[in-house]
Amino acid sequence: MRTIDDITGEILTLASTHFKVDRENLSPQEDFFKSLGIDSLQALELLTRLENHFNVELPDYEVQGVSDFQTLAERIQSRL
Amino acid sequence: MENYSGETLSWEMIDGCIELALHREPCNEIGLKTLEELEGFVAAHNELKEESHTLIIHSRMKAGFCAGADLRELYLGASQIGFSNAEPQVRDFLNRIHAVMNAIDSSPLTTIAAVHGVTFGGGFELALTCDLIFADKMTRFCFPELRLGLIPGFGGIPRLNRDLGNAVVRDILLTGRSINATKAQNVGLVSQLAAENESLKLARFTAAQVKKFDRKTSAAAKRFLKPIPYGELNKEIDIFCHLFTEPAVEAGLRKFVESTDAQPYLP
Repeated sequence: MRTIDDITGEILTLASTHFKVDRENLSPQEDFFKSLGIDSLQALELLTRLENHFNVELPDYEVQGVSDFQTLAERIQSRL
Repeated sequence: MENYSGETLSWEMIDGCIELALHREPCNEIGLKTLEELEGFVAAHNELKEESHTLIIHSRMKAGFCAGADLRELYLGASQIGFSNAEPQVRDFLNRIHAVMNAIDSSPLTTIAAVHGVTFGGGFELALTCDLIFADKMTRFCFPELRLGLIPGFGGIPRLNRDLGNAVVRDILLTGRSINATKAQNVGLVSQLAAENESLKLARFTAAQVKKFDRKTSAAAKRFLKPIPYGELNKEIDIFCHLFTEPAVEAGLRKFVESTDAQPYLP
């Protein structure tokens, strides 16, 4: 079973790859809108990539207001 | 008119397949200009349908297929005359867009929506007029209207109800959540799942197959299989117009339009 740290690590790697930001510059507690430089449409893209990667469904309202990688990982863990 | 290049959309006929491309920044929001050009497309389609077999609708915008109605235009238009006086204008717009949607839905051609990215609200409803939806795996479908105090107004509920089980419709509508293409395929909404940016290519492969069939047989099969739910569609317009004058809609639209947040206002 994946731990929160595993999930957070996978999210950071995925985000770094797709939004072309150095993995070393991303940290779990960081605001991903700022660190990835993304808007709301790109946040939807991130949501879809996470759903596809972890094979889960994440209703928008569960991640609304979430802006750090760690909390995102917690939401995903609840559905794994 | 076999080819047309407009402000918000363009079309061309290639070997009996009409390709309608949406290309209005940022994500093909449907306002008056798009409506006018869609009406022009319907008129052209009526001329071209005898020599065509397939219609593909797709988007050239990176963000997605279509983000739905132009909420800024809707809000500004209603604000100018007052929301409580806006019903006739809203009803006129809805009657016109319904005529477009019904024309595409009842086209004798085999119709394919090749979608990607954001396919929300009116964009989702446009895709639902097509016989087949091919979606790339980054597509998201959503009816966010309840989050603004409204219901979908471009024929979405009756068409989704026709095509899928009512439980799925309730899930999507009453939660206002968006679903990805894999989920949409699992519930029977998406016919074919494409790799990223490949949905148009898959639609063209299918158009080449459809071309081999007798056009009249395909059209007869479609008429038999796909009734247009006119009664429910008209009821939807009435419900939308009734809800539109409620204070919650004006407040919700204002917050949405005025928002500069990275995540725009949607409760």
